[in-house]
Amino acid sequence: MFPPIPNPATQPVAPKFGEKDLLRRSASSITPPAQRQTEVAKLIDVSKCIGCKACQSACLEWNDLREEVGVNVGVYDNPHDLTANSWTLMRYTEYENPESGNLEWLIRKDGCMHCEDPGCLKACPAPGAIVQYTNGIVDFVHENCIGCGYCVKGCPFNIPRISKVDHKAYKCTLCSDRVAVGQGPACQKACPTQAIVFGTKDEMKTWADKRVTDLKSRGYKNAGLYDPPGVGGTHVMYVLHHADKPQLYAGLANDPKISPIVEIWKGLTKYAGLTAIAAMATFGFLHHVVNGPNRVSREDEQNAKKLAGGSAS
Amino acid sequence: MTPRDVQKGDAVHPGDPVVVDRYTAAARINHWITAASLVLLAISGLALFHPSLYWLTGLFGGGQTTRTIHPWIGVVLFFGFFGLFLRFWRANLWEHTDNVWLRKARDVLSPDHEENLPEVGKYNAGQKMVFWSMSVLIIVLITSGVVIWDQYFSQYTGVEQKRIAVLVHSIAAIVAICVWIIHVYAAIWVRGTISAMTRGRVTGGWAWRHHRRWLKELVTGKGDRPNATPAE
Repeated sequence: MFPPIPNPATQPVAPKFGEKDLLRRSASSITPPAQRQTEVAKLIDVSKCIGCKACQSACLEWNDLREEVGVNVGVYDNPHDLTANSWTLMRYTEYENPESGNLEWLIRKDGCMHCEDPGCLKACPAPGAIVQYTNGIVDFVHENCIGCGYCVKGCPFNIPRISKVDHKAYKCTLCSDRVAVGQGPACQKACPTQAIVFGTKDEMKTWADKRVTDLKSRGYKNAGLYDPPGVGGTHVMYVLHHADKPQLYAGLANDPKISPIVEIWKGLTKYAGLTAIAAMATFGFLHHVVNGPNRVSREDEQNAKKLAGGSAS
Repeated sequence: MTPRDVQKGDAVHPGDPVVVDRYTAAARINHWITAASLVLLAISGLALFHPSLYWLTGLFGGGQTTRTIHPWIGVVLFFGFFGLFLRFWRANLWEHTDNVWLRKARDVLSPDHEENLPEVGKYNAGQKMVFWSMSVLIIVLITSGVVIWDQYFSQYTGVEQKRIAVLVHSIAAIVAICVWIIHVYAAIWVRGTISAMTRGRVTGGWAWRHHRRWLKELVTGKGDRPNATPAE
């Protein structure tokens, strides 16, 4: 068993990170602090998950959210997708393993992966609406959010959702408010099987190694850790029994990275576009300075008079 | 037969100077509604395009209202330009002389070489290119804009389609702003042009200098005769 995080003290505790610990801030250039905080991570061991949805309930409860009562369409997924209120979602996949002939019930807790290279933050046009703390947590700052949905386009995991109520983007915060006072996320606290554990990123990797060794000894030869390098690694990681086929787990991305379309839009287009506009305006200015205005001459007016005078009117 | 570049309301009034009616009041109002929405769209769009221009959202009451209002202004622009398109498309059809005019781009850009250019109808090749490129760009902008108008249309497309749409939308907008700069600069550089879109008329000398074939068509009566349109 991974040593549980002790309950909080009854005395108030000062937050361990805040504004001064920003690694990145959307649509702003900032200087990150010289000293980076220890990177944290949540490890979701899919092989230990029993699909009880305690994490979903804990998330709603801690973050004071209410989900609409939905309808059953014959699957366990409830709600059917992430929403502005459901920041985490158990996704159930029935997989018939062709090698063993077994029916495997793969249950993945979906939600924000807290990428080291966050696509949402890079796409965001509103200064300070998305921040990344030096401990790796990517958080939305709602008073700065304008609800444009660019984060949705930037995200390689299709996680953020725009609220139909206040038109702002929502996703898992990794319980940054709990982590700031030394607690783990609410989902981790509620998980009855330790399928969710929380600690420093290094601790989580070491713990994942043990789990992978255990799974391999039980015949899952492709077991492994999901910490995709395409987004610089993530601060939410999975232990998968079939790490060679992440897409089995309700379409988890095989090799997620920020879409090249988003990179072009937020990179080349931004600079080339403004340059083109400035060049156009400069051309006009210089043309006018060098050539002067194109004026109608007295001769032109006389010619017109000669021409028009001939017509009956 | 009326030449296609002589349009409703175009007329010559002899006098000193000769006055030529170029745009009806309806066409001018239509133009300025379109122009105002294009400027507002450019400002609000650029505000969300580059962080250094985000402060422009303040002109619209903040980021949320900028995000809300931008697509609605786009709808106004679309219908505004559609009106202009119906009014002007015939006079903007491409002709052989437009190719000749374009080949002499050097003479176009110097103020004293206009005599070297072929006689131009109501619109020259540059104006026609502005017209047609705006027509295409606005269709691209409204289409890609609807795809990324998440408040009402997010459920109809996937994330990948939205990514393509947002890239296409930004590139088309940049090109449209560049075309708009050409359009505005040409109107400023060629003195006497702006009154066409404000008061609706230009001087005969202006028409002689820049749109001689149009003026000739009006005078020889192949177009609407002044006495056939008893507006004044």
